[in-house]
Amino acid sequence: MTTRDLLLTAALVLPVALSAQERWTSRNGNVSFSSSTPMENIEAKNNKVSSIYDASRGEVVFVVLIKSFEFEKALMQEHFNENYMESTEFPKASFKGKVGGIKPGDLSKPGSYAVTVTGDMTIHGVTKSVSTSGTFTADPTGRVEASCDFTIKPSDYGIKIPGMVKDNIAEDVKVQVRIDYTVN
Amino acid sequence: MKKYLLAIAFAGTMPALHAQDDLLALLNDSAEVKAYSTASWKSTRVINGHSTENTAHGVLDFRIGHRFGFISDGVSEFFGLDGSTVRLGFDYGITDRLQVGIGRSGYEKTVDGLLKYKLLRQCESGCGMPITLSLVASSSITTLVKDKLPWYEEGRTDYFTHRLSYSWQLLIGRKFSDGFTMQLMPGVVHRNLVRYAEEKNDVINIGIAARYKISKRLALTAEYYYVLPDQLAKPTATELANDPNAGYKNSLAVGIDIETGGHVFQLHFTNSTGMFERAFITETVGSWEKQQIHYGFNISRVFTLHRPKKG
Repeated sequence: MTTRDLLLTAALVLPVALSAQERWTSRNGNVSFSSSTPMENIEAKNNKVSSIYDASRGEVVFVVLIKSFEFEKALMQEHFNENYMESTEFPKASFKGKVGGIKPGDLSKPGSYAVTVTGDMTIHGVTKSVSTSGTFTADPTGRVEASCDFTIKPSDYGIKIPGMVKDNIAEDVKVQVRIDYTVN
Repeated sequence: MKKYLLAIAFAGTMPALHAQDDLLALLNDSAEVKAYSTASWKSTRVINGHSTENTAHGVLDFRIGHRFGFISDGVSEFFGLDGSTVRLGFDYGITDRLQVGIGRSGYEKTVDGLLKYKLLRQCESGCGMPITLSLVASSSITTLVKDKLPWYEEGRTDYFTHRLSYSWQLLIGRKFSDGFTMQLMPGVVHRNLVRYAEEKNDVINIGIAARYKISKRLALTAEYYYVLPDQLAKPTATELANDPNAGYKNSLAVGIDIETGGHVFQLHFTNSTGMFERAFITETVGSWEKQQIHYGFNISRVFTLHRPKKG
Protein backbone atom coordinates (compact mmCIF):
# COMPACT_ATOMS: atom_id res chain seq x y z
CA MET A 1 0.00 0.00 0.00
CA THR A 2 1.41 3.35 -0.96
CA THR A 3 1.31 6.47 1.19
CA ARG A 4 -1.16 7.86 -1.29
CA ASP A 5 -3.51 4.97 -0.70
CA LEU A 6 -3.19 5.32 3.05
CA LEU A 7 -4.01 9.01 2.90
CA LEU A 8 -6.97 8.26 0.71
CA THR A 9 -8.31 5.67 3.11
CA ALA A 10 -7.81 8.02 6.03
CA ALA A 11 -9.62 10.79 4.21
CA LEU A 12 -12.57 8.50 3.63
CA VAL A 13 -12.75 6.96 7.08
CA LEU A 14 -11.94 9.95 9.26
CA PRO A 15 -15.09 12.04 8.75
CA VAL A 16 -17.19 9.05 9.77
CA ALA A 17 -15.08 8.40 12.84
CA LEU A 18 -15.18 12.06 13.82
CA SER A 19 -18.92 12.45 13.49
CA ALA A 20 -19.50 9.21 15.33
CA GLN A 21 -17.39 10.45 18.19
CA GLU A 22 -19.46 13.59 18.53
CA ARG A 23 -22.82 11.87 18.65
CA TRP A 24 -24.48 11.50 22.05
CA THR A 25 -27.54 9.35 22.57
CA SER A 26 -30.02 8.36 25.25
CA ARG A 27 -32.87 5.86 25.36
CA ASN A 28 -34.05 6.52 28.86
CA GLY A 29 -34.22 10.26 29.12
CA ASN A 30 -36.75 11.94 31.37
CA VAL A 31 -39.47 14.29 30.29
CA SER A 32 -42.00 15.34 32.89
CA PHE A 33 -44.73 17.92 32.90
CA SER A 34 -46.93 19.55 35.45
CA SER A 35 -50.10 21.53 35.33
CA SER A 36 -51.15 23.35 38.42
CA THR A 37 -54.43 25.12 39.07
CA PRO A 38 -56.17 25.96 42.33
CA MET A 39 -58.44 22.96 41.62
CA GLU A 40 -55.94 20.26 40.85
CA ASN A 41 -52.26 19.53 40.32
CA ILE A 42 -51.42 17.09 37.58
CA GLU A 43 -47.98 15.60 37.07
CA ALA A 44 -46.67 12.97 34.72
CA LYS A 45 -43.28 11.44 34.06
CA ASN A 46 -41.83 9.67 31.09
CA ASN A 47 -38.49 7.95 31.50
CA LYS A 48 -38.32 6.28 28.10
CA VAL A 49 -37.44 9.31 26.02
CA SER A 50 -35.00 8.81 23.15
CA SER A 51 -32.69 11.56 22.06
CA ILE A 52 -29.64 12.13 19.88
CA TYR A 53 -27.36 15.13 20.15
CA ASP A 54 -24.98 15.42 17.26
CA ALA A 55 -22.37 17.94 18.38
CA SER A 56 -20.59 18.12 15.05
CA ARG A 57 -23.76 19.20 13.32
CA GLY A 58 -25.12 21.11 16.33
CA GLU A 59 -28.35 19.20 16.02
CA VAL A 60 -30.58 17.63 18.65
CA VAL A 61 -33.66 15.40 18.27
CA PHE A 62 -36.13 13.91 20.73
CA VAL A 63 -38.82 11.28 20.39
CA VAL A 64 -41.34 10.97 23.22
CA LEU A 65 -43.88 8.14 23.33
CA ILE A 66 -47.11 9.58 24.67
CA LYS A 67 -48.28 6.30 26.18
CA SER A 68 -45.14 6.11 28.30
CA PHE A 69 -46.19 9.06 30.46
CA GLU A 70 -47.03 7.80 33.92
CA PHE A 71 -49.49 9.59 36.15
CA GLU A 72 -50.27 9.16 39.81
CA LYS A 73 -53.86 8.29 38.98
CA ALA A 74 -54.63 5.60 36.43
CA LEU A 75 -57.76 7.41 35.33
CA MET A 76 -55.81 10.59 34.57
CA GLN A 77 -53.45 8.56 32.43
CA GLU A 78 -56.39 7.05 30.56
CA HIS A 79 -57.99 10.44 29.95
CA PHE A 80 -54.65 11.96 28.91
CA ASN A 81 -54.22 9.32 26.22
CA GLU A 82 -57.82 8.86 25.21
CA ASN A 83 -59.35 12.33 25.43
CA TYR A 84 -56.54 14.83 25.09
CA MET A 85 -53.46 13.47 23.33
CA GLU A 86 -55.35 10.86 21.26
CA SER A 87 -52.26 8.72 21.50
CA THR A 88 -53.51 5.94 19.24
CA GLU A 89 -53.67 8.43 16.38
CA PHE A 90 -50.62 10.44 17.51
CA PRO A 91 -48.41 8.01 19.40
CA LYS A 92 -45.28 10.19 19.46
CA ALA A 93 -44.25 13.73 20.14
CA SER A 94 -40.95 14.84 18.65
CA PHE A 95 -38.51 17.70 18.48
CA LYS A 96 -35.81 18.48 15.98
CA GLY A 97 -33.66 21.52 16.35
CA LYS A 98 -30.33 23.30 16.43
CA VAL A 99 -28.21 23.81 19.50
CA GLY A 100 -26.35 27.11 19.74
CA GLY A 101 -23.71 28.40 22.13
CA ILE A 102 -21.57 25.28 22.22
CA LYS A 103 -18.77 24.13 19.93
CA PRO A 104 -17.96 20.62 18.81
CA GLY A 105 -15.50 19.18 21.28
CA ASP A 106 -16.64 21.31 24.22
CA LEU A 107 -18.30 18.38 25.93
CA SER A 108 -15.03 16.48 26.18
CA LYS A 109 -14.03 19.07 28.80
CA PRO A 110 -15.90 18.93 32.12
CA GLY A 111 -18.08 21.94 32.74
CA SER A 112 -21.47 23.48 32.37
CA TYR A 113 -22.49 25.03 29.08
CA ALA A 114 -25.52 27.27 28.60
CA VAL A 115 -27.09 26.65 25.22
CA THR A 116 -29.98 27.83 23.13
CA VAL A 117 -32.25 25.34 21.39
CA THR A 118 -34.37 26.29 18.39
CA GLY A 119 -36.43 24.01 16.25
CA ASP A 120 -39.71 22.30 15.47
CA MET A 121 -41.83 20.64 18.14
CA THR A 122 -44.53 18.20 17.04
CA ILE A 123 -47.23 17.29 19.55
CA HIS A 124 -50.67 15.85 18.78
CA GLY A 125 -49.85 16.03 15.06
CA VAL A 126 -49.25 19.80 15.17
CA THR A 127 -45.79 21.26 14.49
CA LYS A 128 -44.69 24.57 16.00
CA SER A 129 -41.41 26.45 15.98
CA VAL A 130 -40.06 26.83 19.47
CA SER A 131 -37.01 28.33 21.04
CA THR A 132 -35.70 27.89 24.56
CA SER A 133 -32.54 27.72 26.58
CA GLY A 134 -30.93 24.83 28.37
CA THR A 135 -27.75 23.50 29.89
CA PHE A 136 -25.28 20.79 29.00
CA THR A 137 -23.23 19.54 31.90
CA ALA A 138 -20.23 17.32 31.25
CA ASP A 139 -18.77 15.66 34.33
CA PRO A 140 -15.18 14.40 34.65
CA THR A 141 -16.26 10.78 34.14
CA GLY A 142 -17.45 11.61 30.65
CA ARG A 143 -21.19 11.65 31.38
CA VAL A 144 -23.21 14.44 29.82
CA GLU A 145 -26.49 15.66 31.22
CA ALA A 146 -28.76 17.98 29.32
CA SER A 147 -31.51 19.90 31.05
CA CYS A 148 -34.12 22.24 29.77
CA ASP A 149 -37.32 23.78 31.15
CA PHE A 150 -40.04 25.44 29.14
CA THR A 151 -43.79 25.81 28.99
CA ILE A 152 -46.26 24.84 26.31
CA LYS A 153 -49.90 25.70 25.76
CA PRO A 154 -52.08 22.68 24.96
CA SER A 155 -54.28 24.96 22.84
CA ASP A 156 -51.31 25.69 20.50
CA TYR A 157 -51.23 22.02 19.57
CA GLY A 158 -54.94 21.58 18.92
CA ILE A 159 -55.60 19.85 22.26
CA LYS A 160 -59.14 20.71 23.23
CA ILE A 161 -60.04 21.02 26.87
CA PRO A 162 -63.78 20.97 27.50
CA GLY A 163 -65.39 23.59 29.72
CA MET A 164 -66.20 20.97 32.34
CA VAL A 165 -62.53 20.51 33.27
CA LYS A 166 -61.22 23.94 32.26
CA ASP A 167 -60.53 24.82 35.90
CA ASN A 168 -58.53 21.64 36.44
CA ILE A 169 -56.03 21.93 33.60
CA ALA A 170 -53.59 24.83 33.36
CA GLU A 171 -53.31 26.90 30.18
CA ASP A 172 -49.52 26.76 30.48
CA VAL A 173 -48.05 23.36 31.13
CA LYS A 174 -44.52 23.27 32.55
CA VAL A 175 -42.22 20.80 30.87
CA GLN A 176 -38.94 19.57 32.29
CA VAL A 177 -36.39 17.70 30.19
CA ARG A 178 -33.48 15.79 31.78
CA ILE A 179 -31.36 13.58 29.55
CA ASP A 180 -28.30 11.58 30.51
CA TYR A 181 -26.38 11.11 27.32
CA THR A 182 -23.78 8.52 26.57
CA VAL A 183 -21.37 8.87 23.75
CA ASN A 184 -21.51 6.42 20.86
CA MET B 1 -6.05 6.93 -12.31
CA LYS B 2 -8.77 4.32 -12.13
CA LYS B 3 -8.22 4.12 -8.38
CA TYR B 4 -8.62 7.88 -8.06
CA LEU B 5 -11.85 7.88 -9.98
CA LEU B 6 -13.15 5.16 -7.75
CA ALA B 7 -12.11 7.08 -4.67
CA ILE B 8 -13.75 10.26 -5.91
CA ALA B 9 -16.92 8.40 -6.76
CA PHE B 10 -16.86 6.81 -3.33
CA ALA B 11 -16.21 10.12 -1.60
CA GLY B 12 -19.06 11.59 -3.61
CA THR B 13 -21.46 9.18 -1.99
CA MET B 14 -20.38 10.22 1.49
CA PRO B 15 -22.50 13.37 1.89
CA ALA B 16 -25.46 11.41 0.54
CA LEU B 17 -24.92 8.77 3.20
CA HIS B 18 -24.66 11.48 5.77
CA ALA B 19 -27.84 13.25 4.72
CA GLN B 20 -29.69 10.00 4.73
CA ASP B 21 -29.11 9.43 8.38
CA ASP B 22 -31.69 11.99 9.39
CA LEU B 23 -31.49 11.92 13.17
CA LEU B 24 -35.25 12.01 13.72
CA ALA B 25 -35.85 9.15 11.32
CA LEU B 26 -33.09 7.26 13.10
CA LEU B 27 -34.85 7.70 16.44
CA ASN B 28 -38.32 7.02 15.11
CA ASP B 29 -37.20 3.71 13.68
CA SER B 30 -35.83 2.53 16.97
CA ALA B 31 -38.34 4.08 19.38
CA GLU B 32 -40.91 1.31 19.07
CA VAL B 33 -41.89 0.39 22.62
CA LYS B 34 -44.22 -2.42 23.64
CA ALA B 35 -47.67 -1.01 24.37
CA TYR B 36 -50.98 -2.65 25.18
CA SER B 37 -54.39 -1.46 24.10
CA THR B 38 -56.05 0.66 26.73
CA ALA B 39 -59.55 1.95 27.40
CA SER B 40 -61.31 -0.72 25.35
CA TRP B 41 -64.39 0.00 27.48
CA LYS B 42 -65.29 2.96 29.64
CA SER B 43 -65.96 0.77 32.64
CA THR B 44 -65.35 -2.67 34.11
CA ARG B 45 -68.95 -3.62 33.29
CA VAL B 46 -70.53 -3.46 29.85
CA ILE B 47 -73.97 -3.07 31.44
CA ASN B 48 -74.81 -6.04 33.68
CA GLY B 49 -71.87 -8.24 32.83
CA HIS B 50 -68.13 -7.75 32.87
CA SER B 51 -66.03 -6.07 30.21
CA THR B 52 -62.33 -6.77 29.60
CA GLU B 53 -61.42 -3.62 31.54
CA ASN B 54 -59.99 -4.00 35.03
CA THR B 55 -59.78 -1.50 37.84
CA ALA B 56 -56.17 -0.32 37.76
CA HIS B 57 -53.67 -1.28 40.43
CA GLY B 58 -54.46 0.50 43.67
CA VAL B 59 -57.78 1.88 42.49
CA LEU B 60 -61.06 1.36 44.34
CA ASP B 61 -64.19 1.56 42.23
CA PHE B 62 -67.43 2.23 44.09
CA ARG B 63 -70.35 1.14 41.94
CA ILE B 64 -74.05 1.78 42.31
CA GLY B 65 -76.27 -0.29 40.07
CA HIS B 66 -79.91 0.68 39.99
CA ARG B 67 -82.84 -0.80 38.06
CA PHE B 68 -86.30 0.70 38.14
CA GLY B 69 -89.43 -1.47 37.75
CA PHE B 70 -90.78 -2.74 34.44
CA ILE B 71 -91.89 -0.07 32.01
CA SER B 72 -94.87 -2.36 31.30
CA ASP B 73 -96.19 -1.74 34.83
CA GLY B 74 -97.86 1.30 33.37
CA VAL B 75 -98.89 4.68 34.60
CA SER B 76 -99.97 3.53 38.08
CA GLU B 77 -96.34 2.54 38.74
CA PHE B 78 -95.08 5.60 36.85
CA PHE B 79 -93.79 3.26 34.13
CA GLY B 80 -91.55 1.46 36.55
CA LEU B 81 -89.97 4.50 38.17
CA ASP B 82 -91.75 3.74 41.47
CA GLY B 83 -89.92 0.46 41.86
CA SER B 84 -86.23 -0.17 42.33
CA THR B 85 -83.58 -2.82 42.75
CA VAL B 86 -80.08 -1.83 43.78
CA ARG B 87 -76.62 -3.38 43.84
CA LEU B 88 -73.86 -1.61 45.72
CA GLY B 89 -70.37 -2.82 45.06
CA PHE B 90 -66.70 -2.20 45.61
CA ASP B 91 -64.05 -3.38 43.16
CA TYR B 92 -60.33 -3.07 43.76
CA GLY B 93 -57.29 -3.60 41.58
CA ILE B 94 -54.71 -5.73 43.38
CA THR B 95 -52.54 -5.46 40.29
CA ASP B 96 -53.28 -4.03 36.86
CA ARG B 97 -54.35 -7.54 35.86
CA LEU B 98 -56.13 -8.83 38.98
CA GLN B 99 -59.34 -7.32 40.23
CA VAL B 100 -61.42 -8.39 43.20
CA GLY B 101 -64.86 -7.17 44.11
CA ILE B 102 -67.76 -7.54 46.47
CA GLY B 103 -71.37 -6.49 46.09
CA ARG B 104 -74.71 -6.55 47.82
CA SER B 105 -77.94 -6.73 45.84
CA GLY B 106 -81.49 -6.11 46.94
CA TYR B 107 -82.43 -8.93 44.54
CA GLU B 108 -82.97 -11.92 46.88
CA LYS B 109 -80.71 -10.08 49.35
CA THR B 110 -77.64 -11.48 47.69
CA VAL B 111 -73.99 -10.90 48.49
CA ASP B 112 -71.58 -11.61 45.64
CA GLY B 113 -67.82 -11.76 45.35
CA LEU B 114 -65.76 -11.73 42.21
CA LEU B 115 -62.29 -12.17 40.86
CA LYS B 116 -61.22 -11.06 37.41
CA TYR B 117 -57.84 -11.81 35.90
CA LYS B 118 -56.44 -10.63 32.59
CA LEU B 119 -54.71 -13.64 31.08
CA LEU B 120 -53.78 -12.04 27.76
CA ARG B 121 -53.57 -8.41 26.79
CA GLN B 122 -54.20 -7.07 23.32
CA CYS B 123 -51.10 -5.47 21.94
CA GLU B 124 -51.00 -2.12 20.22
CA SER B 125 -47.35 -1.91 19.25
CA GLY B 126 -44.18 -3.90 19.61
CA CYS B 127 -45.87 -7.28 20.18
CA GLY B 128 -48.42 -9.47 18.46
CA MET B 129 -51.35 -10.41 20.69
CA PRO B 130 -54.61 -9.66 18.83
CA ILE B 131 -57.05 -10.13 21.75
CA THR B 132 -57.56 -9.57 25.42
CA LEU B 133 -58.55 -12.66 27.37
CA SER B 134 -59.94 -12.40 30.87
CA LEU B 135 -61.25 -14.91 33.34
CA VAL B 136 -64.07 -13.89 35.65
CA ALA B 137 -65.02 -16.10 38.58
CA SER B 138 -67.81 -15.05 40.89
CA SER B 139 -69.97 -16.52 43.58
CA SER B 140 -73.13 -15.35 45.24
CA ILE B 141 -74.99 -16.18 48.41
CA THR B 142 -78.64 -15.49 49.10
CA THR B 143 -79.11 -14.09 52.59
CA LEU B 144 -82.93 -14.14 52.65
CA VAL B 145 -84.46 -15.42 55.89
CA LYS B 146 -85.42 -19.06 55.62
CA ASP B 147 -89.17 -18.65 55.01
CA LYS B 148 -88.60 -16.05 52.27
CA LEU B 149 -86.42 -18.36 50.16
CA PRO B 150 -87.97 -19.23 46.78
CA TRP B 151 -87.59 -22.95 47.60
CA TYR B 152 -88.95 -22.66 51.15
CA GLU B 153 -91.28 -25.43 52.29
CA GLU B 154 -92.55 -26.24 55.75
CA GLY B 155 -90.17 -28.71 57.41
CA ARG B 156 -87.47 -28.48 54.77
CA THR B 157 -83.91 -28.15 56.07
CA ASP B 158 -82.27 -24.89 55.09
CA TYR B 159 -78.79 -25.99 54.01
CA PHE B 160 -76.22 -23.21 53.73
CA THR B 161 -74.82 -24.69 50.53
CA HIS B 162 -78.24 -24.41 48.84
CA ARG B 163 -77.90 -20.66 48.98
CA LEU B 164 -74.71 -20.60 46.90
CA SER B 165 -74.19 -20.22 43.19
CA TYR B 166 -71.14 -19.64 41.03
CA SER B 167 -70.24 -18.30 37.63
CA TRP B 168 -67.17 -18.65 35.46
CA GLN B 169 -66.69 -16.66 32.29
CA LEU B 170 -64.02 -16.19 29.71
CA LEU B 171 -64.01 -12.77 28.11
CA ILE B 172 -62.48 -12.73 24.65
CA GLY B 173 -62.31 -9.15 23.55
CA ARG B 174 -60.76 -7.01 20.89
CA LYS B 175 -60.58 -3.26 20.44
CA PHE B 176 -60.94 -3.06 16.67
CA SER B 177 -60.49 0.68 16.48
CA ASP B 178 -60.46 3.63 18.82
CA GLY B 179 -64.24 3.68 18.76
CA PHE B 180 -65.28 0.06 18.33
CA THR B 181 -64.76 -2.81 20.76
CA MET B 182 -66.37 -6.23 20.84
CA GLN B 183 -66.18 -9.24 23.09
CA LEU B 184 -67.51 -12.79 23.37
CA MET B 185 -68.19 -14.28 26.79
CA PRO B 186 -68.63 -18.05 26.98
CA GLY B 187 -69.46 -19.11 30.51
CA VAL B 188 -71.15 -21.45 32.90
CA VAL B 189 -73.33 -20.64 35.89
CA HIS B 190 -73.46 -23.31 38.58
CA ARG B 191 -76.37 -23.30 40.99
CA ASN B 192 -76.08 -25.58 43.98
CA LEU B 193 -79.85 -25.89 44.20
CA VAL B 194 -82.41 -25.57 41.43
CA ARG B 195 -86.18 -25.49 41.83
CA TYR B 196 -87.17 -28.24 39.43
CA ALA B 197 -85.69 -31.63 38.68
CA GLU B 198 -85.52 -30.96 34.94
CA GLU B 199 -83.41 -27.85 35.46
CA LYS B 200 -79.67 -28.07 35.01
CA ASN B 201 -77.37 -27.09 37.85
CA ASP B 202 -74.72 -26.05 35.34
CA VAL B 203 -76.07 -23.57 32.85
CA ILE B 204 -73.90 -23.04 29.79
CA ASN B 205 -74.21 -19.63 28.27
CA ILE B 206 -72.49 -17.32 25.84
CA GLY B 207 -72.61 -13.58 25.78
CA ILE B 208 -71.73 -11.02 23.16
CA ALA B 209 -71.14 -7.35 23.80
CA ALA B 210 -70.05 -4.31 21.84
CA ARG B 211 -69.49 -0.64 22.28
CA TYR B 212 -69.26 2.18 19.81
CA LYS B 213 -67.96 5.58 20.79
CA ILE B 214 -70.00 8.44 19.41
CA SER B 215 -67.74 11.09 20.95
CA LYS B 216 -64.78 11.18 23.31
CA ARG B 217 -67.06 10.97 26.32
CA LEU B 218 -70.12 9.11 25.02
CA ALA B 219 -70.37 5.51 23.93
CA LEU B 220 -73.23 3.24 22.92
CA THR B 221 -73.17 -0.22 24.45
CA ALA B 222 -75.11 -3.45 24.05
CA GLU B 223 -74.87 -6.92 25.51
CA TYR B 224 -76.76 -10.15 24.99
CA TYR B 225 -76.48 -13.41 26.89
CA TYR B 226 -77.69 -16.55 25.16
CA VAL B 227 -78.48 -19.52 27.37
CA LEU B 228 -78.16 -22.82 25.52
CA PRO B 229 -81.62 -24.49 25.27
CA ASP B 230 -83.20 -27.00 27.68
CA GLN B 231 -81.24 -25.95 30.74
CA LEU B 232 -83.66 -23.69 32.59
CA ALA B 233 -87.13 -24.60 33.93
CA LYS B 234 -89.99 -24.43 31.45
CA PRO B 235 -93.05 -22.51 32.65
CA THR B 236 -95.81 -24.72 34.10
CA ALA B 237 -99.24 -24.95 32.49
CA THR B 238 -100.79 -22.66 35.11
CA GLU B 239 -98.01 -20.10 34.70
CA LEU B 240 -98.54 -20.16 30.94
CA ALA B 241 -102.29 -19.77 31.38
CA ASN B 242 -101.70 -16.62 33.44
CA ASP B 243 -99.04 -15.25 31.13
CA PRO B 244 -98.39 -16.74 27.70
CA ASN B 245 -94.97 -15.11 27.84
CA ALA B 246 -93.91 -16.80 31.08
CA GLY B 247 -90.54 -18.51 31.38
CA TYR B 248 -86.91 -17.47 31.48
CA LYS B 249 -85.57 -15.17 28.80
CA ASN B 250 -82.15 -14.34 27.47
CA SER B 251 -80.75 -11.14 28.87
CA LEU B 252 -80.52 -8.20 26.51
CA ALA B 253 -79.38 -4.74 27.47
CA VAL B 254 -78.66 -1.59 25.48
CA GLY B 255 -77.24 1.58 26.91
CA ILE B 256 -75.09 4.64 26.76
CA ASP B 257 -71.92 5.37 28.72
CA ILE B 258 -71.26 8.94 29.79
CA GLU B 259 -67.88 9.85 31.17
CA THR B 260 -67.39 12.96 33.29
CA GLY B 261 -63.92 13.20 34.83
CA GLY B 262 -63.91 10.80 37.78
CA HIS B 263 -67.36 9.30 37.18
CA VAL B 264 -68.81 7.03 34.55
CA PHE B 265 -72.58 7.01 34.20
CA GLN B 266 -74.12 4.10 32.37
CA LEU B 267 -77.78 4.54 31.42
CA HIS B 268 -79.60 1.62 29.88
CA PHE B 269 -82.63 -0.51 29.21
CA THR B 270 -82.56 -4.17 30.16
CA ASN B 271 -85.00 -7.00 30.68
CA SER B 272 -82.88 -8.36 33.57
CA THR B 273 -83.56 -7.42 37.16
CA GLY B 274 -80.54 -8.80 39.02
CA MET B 275 -77.04 -7.41 38.56
CA PHE B 276 -74.87 -10.46 39.23
CA GLU B 277 -74.29 -13.39 36.85
CA ARG B 278 -76.70 -15.99 38.25
CA ALA B 279 -79.50 -13.44 38.32
CA PHE B 280 -79.21 -11.91 34.88
CA ILE B 281 -78.09 -15.01 33.00
CA THR B 282 -80.40 -17.64 34.50
CA GLU B 283 -83.25 -15.68 36.11
CA THR B 284 -84.25 -13.03 33.62
CA VAL B 285 -88.03 -13.03 33.28
CA GLY B 286 -88.69 -9.76 31.48
CA SER B 287 -89.75 -9.88 27.88
CA TRP B 288 -88.69 -7.14 25.48
CA GLU B 289 -91.79 -7.71 23.31
CA LYS B 290 -94.05 -7.09 26.32
CA GLN B 291 -92.10 -3.98 27.39
CA GLN B 292 -91.01 -5.84 30.51
CA ILE B 293 -87.92 -3.69 30.46
CA HIS B 294 -86.17 -1.87 33.25
CA TYR B 295 -84.77 1.57 32.82
CA GLY B 296 -81.57 1.51 34.85
CA PHE B 297 -78.23 3.12 35.54
CA ASN B 298 -74.80 2.29 36.92
CA ILE B 299 -72.61 4.92 38.49
CA SER B 300 -68.93 4.25 38.91
CA ARG B 301 -66.66 6.45 40.99
CA VAL B 302 -62.98 5.62 41.34
CA PHE B 303 -60.66 6.44 44.22
CA THR B 304 -56.91 6.03 44.03
CA LEU B 305 -56.05 4.37 47.35
CA HIS B 306 -52.56 3.25 46.60
CA ARG B 307 -50.09 4.66 44.12
CA PRO B 308 -47.99 1.86 42.77
CA LYS B 309 -44.34 2.58 41.97
CA LYS B 310 -43.88 2.11 38.28
CA GLY B 311 -40.59 1.13 36.73
